[in-house]
Amino acid sequence: MTNLMVNDAAKVDAADNVKVFIAPGLEGSLVSLKARYENFIGGKWVPPVKGEYMDDVSPVDGKAFCQVARSTKEDVELALDAAHAARVAWGETSLTDRAKVLNMIADVLEANLTMLAVAESYENGKPVRETLAADLPLAIDHFRYFAGATRSLEGRTTEIDKDTVAFHFHEPLGVVGQIIPFNFPLLMAAWKIAPALAAGNCTVLKPASPTPWSILKFAELLDGIVPKGVINVVTGPGAEIGKALATSPRIAKIGFTGETTTGRLIMQYAAQNLIPSTVELGGKSPNIFFADVMNADDEFLDKAIEGLVLYAFNKGEVCTCPSRALIQESIYDKFMERCLARIAKITQGNPLDTSTMIGAQVSNQQLEKIESYVEIGKQEGAQVLIGGNVATVDETLADGYYFEPTVMKGHNKMRVFQEEIFGPVLAVTTFTDEAQALEIANDSLYGLGAGVWTRDGNLAYRMGRGIKAGRVWTNCYHLYPAGAAFGGYKISGIGRENHQMMLEHYSQTKNLLVSYSTKPLGFF
Amino acid sequence: MTGPPEPPGIDATGEARSAIADLVSAGGPVMFFQSGGCCDGSLPMCFRQGEFIIGDHDVLLGTISDCPFYIDHRQYEVWKGTRLTLDVGAGEPEGFSLAAGPGLHFIVRSRVCDASASDQFLGN
Repeated sequence: MTNLMVNDAAKVDAADNVKVFIAPGLEGSLVSLKARYENFIGGKWVPPVKGEYMDDVSPVDGKAFCQVARSTKEDVELALDAAHAARVAWGETSLTDRAKVLNMIADVLEANLTMLAVAESYENGKPVRETLAADLPLAIDHFRYFAGATRSLEGRTTEIDKDTVAFHFHEPLGVVGQIIPFNFPLLMAAWKIAPALAAGNCTVLKPASPTPWSILKFAELLDGIVPKGVINVVTGPGAEIGKALATSPRIAKIGFTGETTTGRLIMQYAAQNLIPSTVELGGKSPNIFFADVMNADDEFLDKAIEGLVLYAFNKGEVCTCPSRALIQESIYDKFMERCLARIAKITQGNPLDTSTMIGAQVSNQQLEKIESYVEIGKQEGAQVLIGGNVATVDETLADGYYFEPTVMKGHNKMRVFQEEIFGPVLAVTTFTDEAQALEIANDSLYGLGAGVWTRDGNLAYRMGRGIKAGRVWTNCYHLYPAGAAFGGYKISGIGRENHQMMLEHYSQTKNLLVSYSTKPLGFF
Repeated sequence: MTGPPEPPGIDATGEARSAIADLVSAGGPVMFFQSGGCCDGSLPMCFRQGEFIIGDHDVLLGTISDCPFYIDHRQYEVWKGTRLTLDVGAGEPEGFSLAAGPGLHFIVRSRVCDASASDQFLGN
């Protein structure tokens, strides 16, 4: 992800320090495991009111490894009770102390980085080299960023006239509901929790149904750091507790990352309570390679080739997965030859092995969906250039959810070019010139991310401004630094994350309009 | 495939119809909306009838056991080259959709069809 992180990942290999972490709960593992996890409410572990639990399955081997609460709306109410009990005190906590809490969260995450990286890898199926080098460092930095951002955010004062002043204060919204996706459980929790807390809100967080556990491992670390009730985590099915949370008249805002239909539903629920919502709903991001990337066989070309292969990052389960590669016709054969050779070298295997580059899809549902998309692509006439099949990586992991890194060549009207497959499947096509590149790039319902690769700065700028997407990576991809706004155009969503402006999304504006004059208006 | 190309639209497997029948008898009519985008986008979402507000530009793709199946009009433009079959898959729904029975979720299977026969769906 960032250069720092890529270097860190590389160090593991360079030092010949490849190792396989022991799965959570087994003897010698860094990660302790309980048979059963309750909800984290008011700083305590609270059993679900109806006493029901559900299995959490690891995609690594397709086996259930613990149980989490199968909560109901009664549990959401308990979490809202705890959040409301903490609301006034947390909202009145000084910025100094709020920032201190955020920094302490970052510190405890950092102290437990390797443990959480292993937990996250086992929970989601992503390779541990990614969680060690990207997910956890980014989550940690996110808390530090918002600790600083909230202290540097200033209210504005406007002199209306000589004796009249408008003061603008940021005030917390109160209690917010946050529903996060399964692809980066801890990082998405950080993206949601850090700005909410920094702005003085308490949160009730619902993890994604396939990945509830690693966030509970995070919550285990919060004792004595975060005041009770400021962060509450309730696990369970979306149709039950997601709905109960999003429809609750006791939340002041709902934040959601997921798919478009639930996004609409969230906004519908928010409309019924007249509260704000932010929704991030995915994309089908174009990654555009102009002919001049091959003007030299140098480090930049190597970077561009890796830039294409980044579609396999987190097994393609990324909202901004660069899943449409647009390559200028004149270099297509030579460039793709180099890229396919690189893709063929991707090591697929046990996610807990530090040499593994691609792990397991998050669930059987996702695996089947990816298979069905490859089939649709073939029916529509797309050509499979590499991969295309479910993968078996190891006999002991035979029930895991592995899919080969895949490339399909076709045209932009095909469904595999238009829909987010959320797997390691790249759809590749060609363009002749800048105008056609822009036309294809924008021929999409979505507009979350895009990549532009060229040695021509003016061309890069024109393309970057022309593409209808919230983030255009220029000569890079998949960097997610705190401080760079992230969010969608078109049906990819509403709102921005990852930036100080997020604090505005989680604040009210209070205007005090003050007259320092003693003179009456004179109307009455 | 032999015979004339099929029009776009939706049909369902016996398992899907059976799951719908169970949902309807347990709690009343249901509706479907085809999702898109991140995570479990591209799955059909099943809701209680009226839970999800249908907009003026949503497209009614068909009805299954009297339950309407809708899709966003922009997404319909992309999907109209494939005919859908509602089916049931293993695993609980990952989002807000109702389950298709314990431990099951609704899925759609797609096969290429005759997109030129799509006009019948527009404007409803």
